[in-house]
Amino acid sequence: MITYEWLYLLAGAFFAGWSILSLRDRRIGNAAFWGVLAASFFLGSHVSDFVNGVLVLALVTIAGAGGIKRSAPATTTLAERVGDAERFGNRLFYPALIVPVTAVAGTLLYNYTPFGETGLFEPRRETLLLFGIGVLVALAAATVWLRPPLLAPAEEGRRLLDSIGWAAILPQMLAALGAVFALAGVGEIIGALAGGAIPEGSVLLTVVVFALGMVLFTMIMGNAFAAFPVMVAAIGIPLLVEEYGGNPAVIGAVGMLAGFCGTLMTPMAANFNIVPAALLELNDQNAVIRQQIGTALPLLACNIVIIYVGAFLLWN
Amino acid sequence: MNYWPLLGIALVVIGFALRFNPLLVVVGAAVATGLLAGLDPVAVIEALGKAFNDNRYISVTWIILPVIGLLERHGLQERARAVIAGVRGATMGRLLVIYLGFRQITAALGMKDIGGHPQAVRPLVAPMAEAAAEQSHGPLADDEREQVRAMAAATDNIGLFFGEDIFFAIASILLIQGVFESAGYPLTPLQLSVWAIPTAICAFIIHSWRITALDRRLGRVRA
Repeated sequence: MITYEWLYLLAGAFFAGWSILSLRDRRIGNAAFWGVLAASFFLGSHVSDFVNGVLVLALVTIAGAGGIKRSAPATTTLAERVGDAERFGNRLFYPALIVPVTAVAGTLLYNYTPFGETGLFEPRRETLLLFGIGVLVALAAATVWLRPPLLAPAEEGRRLLDSIGWAAILPQMLAALGAVFALAGVGEIIGALAGGAIPEGSVLLTVVVFALGMVLFTMIMGNAFAAFPVMVAAIGIPLLVEEYGGNPAVIGAVGMLAGFCGTLMTPMAANFNIVPAALLELNDQNAVIRQQIGTALPLLACNIVIIYVGAFLLWN
Repeated sequence: MNYWPLLGIALVVIGFALRFNPLLVVVGAAVATGLLAGLDPVAVIEALGKAFNDNRYISVTWIILPVIGLLERHGLQERARAVIAGVRGATMGRLLVIYLGFRQITAALGMKDIGGHPQAVRPLVAPMAEAAAEQSHGPLADDEREQVRAMAAATDNIGLFFGEDIFFAIASILLIQGVFESAGYPLTPLQLSVWAIPTAICAFIIHSWRITALDRRLGRVRA
C-alpha cells in the first residue's frame, strides 16, 4: 500500500537535491534551510517529538537570520522563451495538465470504480498520493519531450523555490501553531468571550456576532476549520439552534462560509494569501489580501442575511 | 479562566504588523502561548515538533516546482500570453470572470485540484490577465501590473472557497456534519451543501463586479 511516508521520502529527496545545488552555488543559508527541511521529511517519522521541535527551531533560526536569498540559476533568455513558445505552441500546456488530471481523474476512478478495491493507496489519502504520481509522470514526459540539460528541471525548480523562500513552509508552521493554540485552550477562551458578547433576545444581533466571531477567529487561526467547532459550540448550537430555533443546516453551512470570508483577509492563511504573493513576485506581501477585502466584506454581509433569512424567517 | 494565552494572538498580530519574519512570529507566538498556558518549555517544543511533523503533507506540494519551472524555461508563460493576444476582444475583466466561474463550477463538482497558485495562477492565469490588460489598455505601470497579478490570485481563491462547499464530499462539509452530529443534530451532507449555493452566487456577482471595476479603473487612468 502506498502511504504518505512514500511521499515524504520523495519530497525529502527533492529538498535534499535543492540543498546540494544551493551548496554548489555557495548559498550556505539556502543549503542549510532546505537541508534541515529534507531531514524533517526523511527522519520525521522516526525521531522523537522533541527532535522534530529542534528541527523547527533550526528552520526558524535560519529564516529569521535572513539566511534565505533568491537565487539565479542559469536559464533561457526571454528571446529563447518567445521562440520556444512559438515552436511548441499549445502543446506546452499538456505536461502542466498531467498533474491535475492525474489527481482528479485518479481520485474519481479510485472512489467510484473497482480500482478502489485494490487498496493500492492509504485510505482517504489518494488525492495527494496521485498528485505525487502525476508530478513524476509530468516531469518524465516534459524531460523526454523538451530534452533540457540534465540538471535543468532541478535548477528551474530551485529558482522558483528560492523566490518563495521561507514562505514555502509558513502554511505548515501555521498548522503547528494552530495545534499549540488548541493545546493551550485558546479556542475555549475565545468561545467564552464571544458567548459573553451577545445581547439578550435579538436573533439578528446574535447571527451577526456568530458570523463576526467566525471571521475574527478564522483570521487569528488562518483557517475556518479551527474556528468552526468553537463558534458552533459557543453560539451556533446553544443560542441560534436551541434558544431561537434556527435551521441547523443553514447555520452550519453558511457559518463556515462566513469563516471563509475571514480566510480571505488574513496573512495567517499563508498558502492562499502570502505564498501567491511570493510566487507572483509581488513587492507587497499583502497585495493579494488587499484585492480580496473588497469582495470579502460585502460577501460577509450577504452571509449574515442568508443565515437570518434562511435559518429563521423561512424556517419558522 | 486564564486569559493569558490570548497574548500569543496579540504577538502574532503585532509581529505581522511590524513585518518581522513570519516564521519567527509564528514560532514565538506558539512558544509564548504554550508557556502562558502553563506548559513547560520542553513540552512546548515537543508539541510544536509533533504538529509540524504531522502536517508535512502540506509542504509536499512543492515537488511540482520542477515541472512548472521546466515548462517556463521553454516559454509556458509566453505561450499563455500569446494565446490571449490572439483572442480578439479579450479583456482582463472577461478573462478573470470566466476563470472565476470555471473555478467555482469545477470546485463544486469536486475538482478543486484543477487550478491553484503554483500550477495555474503563476504560469497561466496571471500572465494571461496581464496580456489581456495590456491589450486593452497598453503597457502597465509596475503598481498596475501588481494589482492585476494579485487580482488573478484573489480570483483563484474566491472561486475555490465559494465553489468547493457545494460539493458534498469535502472536508469542510464533513466537519460541519461531524460537529452538529456530536451535538445531537444529525444532518446529511446534501442538506448542507445546497446551502452553499446562495453564497456562491453572491460571491460570483460581487467578485465579478470588482474584477470589471479594476479593468475599468485601468482604462480610466489612461482616458
